[in-house]
Amino acid sequence: MGPSDFSGTARLASLRAGDERAFTELVDELSSPMLKLAGVYVANQATAEEAVQEAWIVVLKSLNRFEGRSTLATWIFGIVVNIARKRGVREARSRPFSSFAETEDEAVMGPERFQSADDGWPGHWAIAPLPWPEHALETAETTQLIRDIVADLPEAQRAVITLRDMVGCAPGETCNALGITDINQRVLLHRARTKVRAALETAFGATVVLV
Amino acid sequence: MSEMVCNELVGAITAYLEGSLSDSDRRRFDAHIAECSSCTEYLAQMRETIDRLGNLDERSLTRETREGIIAAFRDWRAG
Repeated sequence: MGPSDFSGTARLASLRAGDERAFTELVDELSSPMLKLAGVYVANQATAEEAVQEAWIVVLKSLNRFEGRSTLATWIFGIVVNIARKRGVREARSRPFSSFAETEDEAVMGPERFQSADDGWPGHWAIAPLPWPEHALETAETTQLIRDIVADLPEAQRAVITLRDMVGCAPGETCNALGITDINQRVLLHRARTKVRAALETAFGATVVLV
Repeated sequence: MSEMVCNELVGAITAYLEGSLSDSDRRRFDAHIAECSSCTEYLAQMRETIDRLGNLDERSLTRETREGIIAAFRDWRAG
């Protein structure tokens, strides 16, 4: 289910009119993505819950000023990010000056994976990926491994991969919620996905040396 | 137009999946994939990884928090 499902103007009108059922439905639909997003910045579930609750209070206070320039869900996610980030700084998990502008050229795949200029096929695989064992992705161990890898990513990468791949936001929604550019979003997503795939490959031992 | 090699493909994979490669780079990417089983595997694994990330778990609020949020709504509606 994509957050774009939450965008209707009819729904916004119901909320503003005080329709409790419409509100409760929205809370239930957005709770899982909001908790995942808060979890990017705060270390424990209880603090994530507090951040989500605080975000809803801000949403209510601001509801009549919401101009609909983004979807309702994207706007709410942006509020969650701001609140959870502040709480995360207080908790000292999130660094106060951690930046979304990770411009340094971080190597996401080691150069040893590819043949050098001295080898037969420069730029081609030196250590190539092999198929993964069947059903290996579906085990509880793999699920935990993926959670751990995501938790260890730099904050900006963690935020982007959470919104894009774990919550299912579109690129534009992710940029709006996090206040980043399109290109920055794609770079962060690329780094995060590349690292998660590489960690799975390492766990499965699925490589072969070609040269 | 030079042929794409494996390390360039690995660096371009997110742009490819996002549909943001130029037409010429997309053709170079597709031409490489058609010839390279390792890169075909790499692309498949990237798609599987993304798919798995999307199905990790659903979270839910405790009943207490959920009720607190709905109570805040009633307060807001009451002005």
